[in-house]
Amino acid sequence: MIKRKDVEHAAALAKLKLNKEEKEKYTEQIGEILNYVDKLNELNTDGVVPTAYTVPMKNVLREDKVEKSLPRERSLANAPDQKDGQFRAPKIMSD
Amino acid sequence: MATKYETVIGLEVHVQLATESKIFCGCSTEFGKEPNENTCPVCLGLPGTLPVLNKKAVDYAIMAGLALNCRIAEYSKFDRKNYFYPDLPKAYQISQFDLPIAEHGNIEVETDKGVFNIGVTRVHLEEDAGKLIHEGSIDKSEGSLIDYNRTGVPLIEIVSEPDIRTPAQAKAYLTQLKLIMEYLDISDCNMEEGSLRCDANISLRPAGQKEFGTKAELKNMNSFSAVEKGLEYEIKRQQQILEEGGEIIQETRTWDESLNKTISMRGKEEAHDYRYFPEPDLVPLEIDEGWKKEMSKKIPELPREKYKRFVSELGLPEYDAGVLIGDRAMAELFEETLKSYSDAKTISNWMMGEFLRLLNENNDCVDETGISAKNFAEMLGLIDEGVISGKIAKKVFEKMYSSGESAEKIVEEEGLKQISDEDELEKIVDKIIADNPSAVEDIKNGKDRAIGFLVGQVMKETKGKANPGLVNQMLRKKVAE
Repeated sequence: MIKRKDVEHAAALAKLKLNKEEKEKYTEQIGEILNYVDKLNELNTDGVVPTAYTVPMKNVLREDKVEKSLPRERSLANAPDQKDGQFRAPKIMSD
Repeated sequence: MATKYETVIGLEVHVQLATESKIFCGCSTEFGKEPNENTCPVCLGLPGTLPVLNKKAVDYAIMAGLALNCRIAEYSKFDRKNYFYPDLPKAYQISQFDLPIAEHGNIEVETDKGVFNIGVTRVHLEEDAGKLIHEGSIDKSEGSLIDYNRTGVPLIEIVSEPDIRTPAQAKAYLTQLKLIMEYLDISDCNMEEGSLRCDANISLRPAGQKEFGTKAELKNMNSFSAVEKGLEYEIKRQQQILEEGGEIIQETRTWDESLNKTISMRGKEEAHDYRYFPEPDLVPLEIDEGWKKEMSKKIPELPREKYKRFVSELGLPEYDAGVLIGDRAMAELFEETLKSYSDAKTISNWMMGEFLRLLNENNDCVDETGISAKNFAEMLGLIDEGVISGKIAKKVFEKMYSSGESAEKIVEEEGLKQISDEDELEKIVDKIIADNPSAVEDIKNGKDRAIGFLVGQVMKETKGKANPGLVNQMLRKKVAE
């Protein structure tokens, strides 16, 4: 069973700030989803290889060729902040 | 009695692969461009873009796996490693989690304490992150500037087993890894430019105890000696804490070269929870026997094998063999020269002596000099034939080094041919005898050493070109007359 603590942990990892009501709501909702997915455990999967991909494709590769990059102004066009041709991010380390 | 502690070290080495383009897009991997010049929607992580895997990066990773005696996965996949840090614009890094390209390898390393086998847990492919420049120090800066040129450059991460017991072994392991990568020619392996980077996990445990102690993770060691010094510092630090009855905290510490110590990186304390899941934008990788075979054909004789062969088959001293294999181009020049000149030790002597001296003086790489297998072997032949003396050969070698000319041409143009013509030498010998009556007297009185002095005078007069053996004979004969 998922606990409120798990929701708080997941929220912290995703950098989400949840209030008390939201935490309760999501604990319940995520719990329901997990219960539903848990149904799969009723299946006997002995001898079935874990499936990471459902599309029957493999080895989609490209040759090692250099292609044109974006002009730098365009790369930086949507940056919230920039300086000297570089993206600028706010303070990284928390106090 | 004080408890004895055993050190346990595992290394994680990141090696940038020397592909032309990035791992998932066509941007150039060239180093030293203006910030963000090598970026595109894929490596900037813009919505709606799709990564496509660079085949060469996979080729190189397979080669690395094979060279490290790993088992290559028949089925491999990519996963997202999620974390928030501005060096990654997507907020996840495409890496490999449970199905890496290669696993279960090992390499042999040697220190002055003996030969050791270090296990290689895994080799996996991933994308590099961007470069951050903090405005001021990392903990006080108000903001950071980001250059995403490096984002998406292919990396392999090589994880060792916790088999390493001393900083010297760690250094030997790193040296060996770097050498293998250079022999494979899949990376520039330049630690200063960051194409080879090393993190270490280190813990102490009472000797005889099976369980590992609590480890610290060391980062930011930018040279082999920094790795050694960082580990040495960490051993002392942990030992002191344990001896005082304290507990080691599991944490990331950074090596500060200027302070000569490791510093705790607060703020990265939260236990790593990367929430790996399969990268849905890529399809799985299947490596069949054919692909593996094709790659194994590209693997040259590796440094350790070469070293053993040089010692056992060519009879070289271990020291010589170690120096020669320590640089791929050096080993190649040696072996090429050996094809046209049969005495391995003579070639080695010249390489360890004159060649290394000149390389160091000029700060050159082996293939930046004028010495080729051809002119080198030719010069050695000229010594054997008596055309030039060993001493003059040094002059010829230096000229070849700077000009790349053939030995014969240099000898011809500079008039360096040894004088073995008795008529030509006689005049000089007579003059030296006439100029040095006391030395002549000494010889007559049985002081044989004086002969050497006279030979030296003749050599000086002829600027080293006289055939010293012949001069010696002639002097003895004349003095006795």
